[in-house]
Amino acid sequence: MEHFDFIEMKLPAKPEYVGVIRLSASGIANRMGFSYEDIEDLKVAISEAMTNATTHAYEVDEDGEVTVGFGVYKDRLEVMVADHGGSFDLQEVRKTTGPYQQSEKIENLREGGFGLFLIDALMDNVQIKSDYGVIVLMTKNLPVNEVGLDDDQISTSQ
Amino acid sequence: MNINLDVDVTEKENETTLHLKGEIDAYTAPLLKEKLLPLTAKQDHHIIVDLAEVSYMDSTGLGVFISALKSTKEHDAQLKLVNLQERVHRLFKITSLDTIITIETTVRGGN
Repeated sequence: MEHFDFIEMKLPAKPEYVGVIRLSASGIANRMGFSYEDIEDLKVAISEAMTNATTHAYEVDEDGEVTVGFGVYKDRLEVMVADHGGSFDLQEVRKTTGPYQQSEKIENLREGGFGLFLIDALMDNVQIKSDYGVIVLMTKNLPVNEVGLDDDQISTSQ
Repeated sequence: MNINLDVDVTEKENETTLHLKGEIDAYTAPLLKEKLLPLTAKQDHHIIVDLAEVSYMDSTGLGVFISALKSTKEHDAQLKLVNLQERVHRLFKITSLDTIITIETTVRGGN
């Protein structure tokens, strides 16, 4: 099985934490070697998903939580944002998510109008599942010539 | 790094300039809306929003400017966004909102 590091964060479904998740995403993407432009794209896409999840979760439960998962692969970053508040398994979610369909009921995701559009525009792959809460799974590929986590970091100091 | 938003208001006779500093997201957008919307409801008023020090914005910011634009149209007011950083300007281009909102990226001269 393809190796990856997984980072999971649970946050209260409140707008004040959108900036916090954005900073976390920025740190992870920076560590992976993404370019400044790609990191800025990731920040917007993840903030949009977190904003949608916050709005959706809050409608269901004022004390709701949003779960954000980062799958750090050698060649890409996968980010999951789920508003049901429960924990989730990356492999399980991957098995059950399909391509985003225009016909899907996405009123909650469209809050603000341009959020989902921007996620689609700024990420390389976006999948949405809405059977149980809403889960957005989005991927940003690391260009092949960038330095990855698995490279020998120590060599630079020799 | 500042993930909050500061709004500094400079009033002239029929022109108001909002100098924004920080990041515009779901948390800070309501503050911007609260300051900006009442200005757009003033007849024939000119509103300039200076985004030089806005390092981050997402669709919640776009939403505020869309609301502001609608309101200016209803009240014959004028809205202009100036000094956008490249990353912020890019969002208006991607969404084609740059075709309906007046945007000036050149630095305004002293006055």
